Amino acid sequence: MSDKKQFDRDSISNTLIVAIGLSLVCSIIVSSAAIVLKPVQIKNEDLFRKQIILDVAGLMEPGGDIDTLFGSIDTRTVDLASGTYTSDADMEATVDIPDELDIAGISQRAEFVDVYLVTDNGRVEQVILPVYGKGLWSTMLGYLAVAPDGNTIKGLRFYAHGETPGLGDQMDKESWRAQVAGKKIYGDGDEPVIRVIKGPVQEGAAGSEHMFDGMAGATLTGNGITGLVQYWTGSHGFGPYLKNFREGEPAHE
Amino acid sequence: MSEARKVLIDPLVDNNPVTLQMLGICSALAVTTSLLPALLMCVALTSVAALAGAAISALRHRIPNNIRIIVHMTIIASLVILVDQLLKAYAFETSKQLSVFVGLIITNCIVLGRAEAFAMKNGVVMSFIDGLGNGLGYSIILIAVATLRELFGAGTLLGYPIFELTSNGGWYEANGLMLLPPSAFFIIGLLIWGIRVWRKQQVEKPDYQIHEVHRTEVY
Repeated sequence: MSDKKQFDRDSISNTLIVAIGLSLVCSIIVSSAAIVLKPVQIKNEDLFRKQIILDVAGLMEPGGDIDTLFGSIDTRTVDLASGTYTSDADMEATVDIPDELDIAGISQRAEFVDVYLVTDNGRVEQVILPVYGKGLWSTMLGYLAVAPDGNTIKGLRFYAHGETPGLGDQMDKESWRAQVAGKKIYGDGDEPVIRVIKGPVQEGAAGSEHMFDGMAGATLTGNGITGLVQYWTGSHGFGPYLKNFREGEPAHE
Repeated sequence: MSEARKVLIDPLVDNNPVTLQMLGICSALAVTTSLLPALLMCVALTSVAALAGAAISALRHRIPNNIRIIVHMTIIASLVILVDQLLKAYAFETSKQLSVFVGLIITNCIVLGRAEAFAMKNGVVMSFIDGLGNGLGYSIILIAVATLRELFGAGTLLGYPIFELTSNGGWYEANGLMLLPPSAFFIIGLLIWGIRVWRKQQVEKPDYQIHEVHRTEVY
């Protein structure tokens, strides 16, 4: 082309045209990709969460359809302050946690929380509670499964954390997850006494039913697990709700 | 055609972006604890490098000099977001492990370096091949490091057990260091050493030589 020689790509007009044109084209590509892929991504997030819930309940079957398996799980909303079920909850409402109670290091929590009930012919077999708190590096998010006696732990599983690979992430291992089952949250009182100790739990030692195995090289991650389990099963967390289970059945408000 | 071949093959060993040019080390440390995320990272980076090369090359006669780096970044960033969204939709579990590192391809020196050094001066097809070659050069190193780290750190490859671990009653005691970032430094260092023993021309000349001063010279 003959006008190619006169074309000055450093001119202000060309700079503006390239800058505006490129921004437009790129933003159209990026935003349309985001919109087109959004439904698939939301479905993935949702499936992943359901898979973890099924997993902690011990209902996950390899190759099983997650949505079908999840059908046996009943989702209910709990008012944490009273420990009762509620149907008209403002899920956005938050409550500040007083410093002296904030052993999970999360400073505020939702007022109403969804829990998942595993039922068999209308009888509750497990209650799955969402729990989270600070570990060494990150906020650890997981689910705690409790038997309907409101005291016996059935499982604890984290689905997001950033703990040290090879040390803190031992809590994801099959062996650590298995030893959690059967442990008791409460002693004689209503405050949780369950904790992660240093080193493995000696079977038959005094109070061993209230102890989780420590993880070698991950004391602070272990302390984080102690903190978040004690907070969420304590009086400011699911304590009143679990107390209702120990004394019968939580009422529906 | 031999020109294209050279552009593709050269970055694999002779002009490898990681072991010769020392670029992209950050992600090579971060995503190589196991093989599957490393593979996904390789695919992501290679496709971004190739497509960014082609796109920048197509626009090279129009891109004004004074905003060229911004234009590169915009194109690369758009491609990275696209790849990130696709991974979140179709490789969800592995993309969780890659976390922030797909996003960090934007600042990956390999991609930006090839855009500036090659795509601004060469044709669309050649720039695409150049991006592909450099992406593959990066991938070779990542895959080698990830294979070693997963095998010796966890006794598995792609999640399948290869060495039976002592914790499962086997014979292999997993080496926890392999799962931590420093081990990637050691492995990459050893790889560079190995390549330079094999390809002598990659050995750099020392920046200066120690000159022994004799007493007579001081006076």
